[in-house]
Amino acid sequence: MRSIVKLATPFAAAALLLTACGGTTGGSTDAESSAGGASGCPEGASIGFFGALTGPNSNLGNNIQNGVKLAVDQHNAKPDACQVTVTPYDSQGLPDQASGLGTQAVRDTKVLGIVGPAFSGESKVADPLFAEAGLVGITPSATNPALAENGWKTFFRVLGNDASQGPAAASYITTTLQAKKVYVIDDASEYGKGLADIVRSDLGAAKVGDDTVQTGQTDFSAVVAGIRASGADAVFYGGYYSEAGLLLKQMRDAGVTTTFVTDDGAKDEGLVTAAGAANAEGTIITCPCLPPDKAGGSFVADYTAAYGTAPGTYSAEGFDAASILMAGIEAGKTTREDLLAFVKSYDAPGVTKQLKFDEKGEPSDISVWAYKIAGGQIVADQEIKAS
Amino acid sequence: MSTSATSARPTRPARRGLGDRWAALPKPAKIVVWVLVALLVYALPLLNPPILSTPDSDFGSVMFTVASYALVALGLNIVLGYAGLLDLGYVGFYAIGAYTVAVFGSLHGKVPFVLLIVLAVCISTASGLLLGAPTLRVRGDYLAIVTLGFGEIVRLVFLNTEWLNAARGITNVPRPPSLDLFDVPQLQWSGFTATVDLGTQSTFLKFGLLDGIPYYWLALTVIIVVLVADVLLQASRVGRAWEATREDEEAAELNGVPTFRYKLLAFAMGAFIGGLSGALYAARTGVVNPETFIIQLSMLFLAAVVIGGQGNRWGVLLGAVVVAYLPERFREFAEFRVLAFGLLLLALANFRPQGLLPPRRARRAKAAAQELEELEHSGAASGDTKEGGIRA
Amino acid sequence: MSLETFIDLTFTGLVVGAIYGLFALGYTLVYGVLRLINFAHSEVFMWGSFAAVWVMMLLGGRTGMGVLPAIGLLLVALVAAMLVSGGVALVVERLAYRRLRAKNAPPLVALISAIGMSFVLSEVMGLRDRIAGWVGLREPLAPYVEKARENVSFVNPLQSVTLFSISGFQVRSTQVIVLVAAIVMMVGLDQFVRRSRLGRGVRAVSQDPEAAALMGVDKNRVIQLTFLLGGLMAGAAAVLYLMHIGVTKFNVGFILGIKAFTAAVLGGIGNIRGALLGGLVLGLAENYGSNIFGSNWKDVVSFLLLVLVLLFRPTGILGESLGKARA
Repeated sequence: MRSIVKLATPFAAAALLLTACGGTTGGSTDAESSAGGASGCPEGASIGFFGALTGPNSNLGNNIQNGVKLAVDQHNAKPDACQVTVTPYDSQGLPDQASGLGTQAVRDTKVLGIVGPAFSGESKVADPLFAEAGLVGITPSATNPALAENGWKTFFRVLGNDASQGPAAASYITTTLQAKKVYVIDDASEYGKGLADIVRSDLGAAKVGDDTVQTGQTDFSAVVAGIRASGADAVFYGGYYSEAGLLLKQMRDAGVTTTFVTDDGAKDEGLVTAAGAANAEGTIITCPCLPPDKAGGSFVADYTAAYGTAPGTYSAEGFDAASILMAGIEAGKTTREDLLAFVKSYDAPGVTKQLKFDEKGEPSDISVWAYKIAGGQIVADQEIKAS
Repeated sequence: MSTSATSARPTRPARRGLGDRWAALPKPAKIVVWVLVALLVYALPLLNPPILSTPDSDFGSVMFTVASYALVALGLNIVLGYAGLLDLGYVGFYAIGAYTVAVFGSLHGKVPFVLLIVLAVCISTASGLLLGAPTLRVRGDYLAIVTLGFGEIVRLVFLNTEWLNAARGITNVPRPPSLDLFDVPQLQWSGFTATVDLGTQSTFLKFGLLDGIPYYWLALTVIIVVLVADVLLQASRVGRAWEATREDEEAAELNGVPTFRYKLLAFAMGAFIGGLSGALYAARTGVVNPETFIIQLSMLFLAAVVIGGQGNRWGVLLGAVVVAYLPERFREFAEFRVLAFGLLLLALANFRPQGLLPPRRARRAKAAAQELEELEHSGAASGDTKEGGIRA
Repeated sequence: MSLETFIDLTFTGLVVGAIYGLFALGYTLVYGVLRLINFAHSEVFMWGSFAAVWVMMLLGGRTGMGVLPAIGLLLVALVAAMLVSGGVALVVERLAYRRLRAKNAPPLVALISAIGMSFVLSEVMGLRDRIAGWVGLREPLAPYVEKARENVSFVNPLQSVTLFSISGFQVRSTQVIVLVAAIVMMVGLDQFVRRSRLGRGVRAVSQDPEAAALMGVDKNRVIQLTFLLGGLMAGAAAVLYLMHIGVTKFNVGFILGIKAFTAAVLGGIGNIRGALLGGLVLGLAENYGSNIFGSNWKDVVSFLLLVLVLLFRPTGILGESLGKARA
C-alpha cells in the first residue's frame, strides 16, 4: 500500500497548484496598491543591515552593525517613537550570498531601508536589486568610485570614495613627507588596486617602482628586495591590514626603514599586531573618515557605554547611515518611496560630517584625514586639505 | 527523486518488493509518475512548503543555487564517479564558463545569449581537453594535485589580467531572453495553512533581476536534459568503458579499451557540464568576480559528489542538495558548514566509501562479482572480497 | 636586475625554500612508505605554528629581552611545536588512514579521507572561539581563542640585526638562523633514516613492504614512525616560518602545503634529500619569478612549475625513493 501513498502526495500537490493557478487573474492590482499604504507606523517596521557578520571579514561588519543598532535604540527610546527593529542580512562579505539575501530584503515589505552593503563586491550584486525595488540603501563603508556611476537611484554613501582618498594620499606623500621617490604596491583587489592606481597617476614621475601582491600572501621577500633596490624614500600600500602588516614587518626585519603609507583598509589594530609596535611606529594611514573623538555629540560616550569598547572603524558611519533612516521614520516617512525621497533631500549634521548627498548619492562634504601610528596606537595626525 | 529515496530503505525484502513493483509497472504509468515528480520539483519554489522553505533567504534564489550545484555535481560525477578521476580543480571549468558569458556578452562583445551558452561550453570543453590531454597520463593522485593547481591558476589569471577587468570583475552580464507569458502566484503559509499570495507573482519566463524562480526552471530543465543524456551514456559502450577503466585500468587496456581516450572523453564531458553551469550562474547573478571561484568551491563540489555517492546520479543530486541547501536552510549554522563536511567526508571514507546513495551496480557487474565469490568459495581462498564494490 | 637585488632574491629565496623543504619531508616520508599523498599534513604544520604562538604568549616572550633568555624561549617554542605537530600527525594516521589501510581501500578513498581530516583540523582551529565557548572557557582563554579567523602574530623575542653585507645586501641574523636550522634538521633526519635501526625499518618498508614484513619489520610501527617524523619536522618548519614571516592563521597550511608538496615532487617524492633540493629550487623560482613578472604571479609560477614537473619528469630531480637505489 505504501507505494500508493507515495504516488498520492505529488498528485495532491499538483492539484493544489492547479487550483491556485485558477484564482490569479485580476488580483494583482489590488495587491500592488496595498504595498504603498498611508503613512503612520507600520507594524514591525524594520531597517536592514547588509554586510558580513560571520566569516573572515566579520569584524568590520559587527563594528558597523553596533553603530546601526545604537542609532535604532536611541530612536526607539524616544517617547511615542515608531518602534523599529534591525534585520541582519549576513552576507559574510561574499558576492555569491548577496543575490539571495538582497531579494529576501526586497521581498520583505516591512524592511523600509538598508544600511549597506558594507563591501563594494556585494554592493554590485545587491544594489541593482534595491534600485529595481526602490529600496533605499545607504552604505557606510563601500568606497569604490564606480558604484555611484550606475545610475542606481537608491544608492547613497556617507563617506568619501577612493577617488577622494587617492589624491589626498598622493599629496600627503609629496608635500607633507617631501618624498621624491615613491614605491607603490597594491594587493590586486578591486579596492587596493583602484586606490593605488589613482596614487600612481597622481604621483607621476615621483613613482620609482611598483608591484602587485596577492591577498593572503605571506612571504614578501621579493617585494622587499624590489623596494630596497629602488632606493625609495616612501612606500604606498593600497590594500588591507593583514598583508600591509606583514609587508611592513618583513621590510623592517630586512633592514628597510622607508616610511610606510597605507589606506583606510589597513586602519585596524591588526596592522600593529602583525607588524609589531616597534616596526609600525611612524606609519601613516589615510582615511576618508573622521577621527572618532572628533565625532559630534555624545556618540563616542554612548557607544562605549553600550558595547564596552570604543567605536571601531566605520561604527560612526554606520550610526550616521542609520540615523538618517531613523529621522525619516520619525518624520512619518514609513513607505519605501517616501523614505527614499527623504534621504535624497536630507541635509543635517551627523557625527562624522554634514550629511547631504549629491545627485549620484555621494556625500557632498568629504574630509580625508591622515593618521599616524605612535606608541602602538593609531592616532589622528592632521586633516589632508585638497590641493 | 522520491522513488530512488524509497528504494534505499533499510529493510531488504521491502526494498526488493517495491523495486519489483516499480519495475512491474507498465511503461505509461512510469512515465506519468516521472512527469508528476518533475512537475512537483518545478513547482517547489512556488509552493514555498513551510518546513522546506528557507526563512532567511529568498527561496527561489536558493533553489537556483541548489540546481546549479546539482548540475555541477552531475558533471563532476562523470569525471569522478564514472571514470574514477579525482578532479580537485573543477571550479576552473565553472569559472571559465561564467567568464566566457561575461566577457563576450558584456565586456568585449554583445553576442546573443544562446550563442553565448554555446561559446561557453565550447571554451570550457576545449580547456578540459587542453588540460586533460597531457595530465591524464599521470598517476591518479598526482592528477588530483595537478587539477588543484589548474583551478588556482584559472582564478589567479582572471584576477591579474586587466583585459578581464582583473579584480573588478564584470558587471551587466546578459540575461536569458524573456518571454513574459503569464503570471504565476506563489503560496504563502502561516503554520500549515496555505494562501495564494497575489502580491508576489512570478512572470512565466521573465528573466528579471529580482525573481530567481525562472532561472531555477531553466537550470532544472538543463538538469533533466543532462540526466537523460547521462542515463543513455552510462548504459552505452562509453559507460562500460569508463567502468572498466575505473575498476582496473590495466585489465581494461589489455582487453582493448583505449583507456586514455575514454578518460579524456570523461574529462571533456565534465568540463562541458561545469562550463554550462558556470554560464547559467553568470546569467543569473549578472556579475562575475574572481573571488567567487576560490578553491574551496571545488572542495564543496567534491563534497557534494562524495557525500551523495559517486557513480550514482541520484546520489550526487542528493549530495548537491545537502551541500547547497542545508547551509541556507540553517543559516545560523553556516559557519560550521566546512567542519560538518569535513566530518562527513572523514566518516564516509572510513565507513561508507560508496556515499549516502551508493550506485546500483550494473547487473552485469553484480553477476560477475557473484561468480567470483563462488569461485573463491570453491577454492581455499578467503579474505576481503566483501569490499569488491570499492576496489580499484 | 642589479647584482645586489640578485643576491637579495637568491638569499631570501633560499631561506623560504629551506622552510618548504622541511615542511615537505612529511609528504615525502609518508609517500615513501604508503604511496599516498597526506593531504592533512598542511594542518599538522598549522597546529604546530599555533602551539609556538601560544607557548610564546604563555611565557611572556617580548622583543628586546636578553639574547640568552630569548634563545631559551625560542627553543621551548620549538619543542612545543614539534611535539604538537608530531601528535597531530599521529592523530591523522589513526583517524584518517589506519582503518582504510586495514581494509586495503583504494588511494582515492584515502585521499578523500585525508581531505576530510584536513577540513576538520583547520576548522576546529578556525572555530576555536566557539568551541571554547561550548565548554565555558571562552572568557579565561580569550587571548588564545578570540579572533579565531584572523592572523595571529608570533612574538619573536630575538631582535634581527645585520650580521654582514655582501655588495650592499645586508645579511640579517634571523634569516641566517632560519636557513641554518632548517638545513641542520634535514641533515639530521637524513642521517637518522640512513643510519639508525628504526630508519632502516622505514627504508625497508618503503622499498618492499611484503619482504620487510617477512623480515620481521612491524609495518604499523614503521608507518606511525614516519607520520611522527614528518610531524616533528613540520613543527620545526612552523617555528622557522613564524620567525621569518611572523603570523599564522587557521588556513595557513593550505597554500603552504601545496607549495611544500610541490617541493617534494620537484626533488623527487619519497626522497629526503630531494625534498631539501626541491624546496630550495622552488623558493628561488618564486623569488625570481616574482621579480620578473610581479609578485601577484608568484603562485602561478609555482603551480606551473608543479604541473610541468609532473608532466615531464614525474619522478622529480633526484628520483623517488627513500632507500638508496631503486631500479
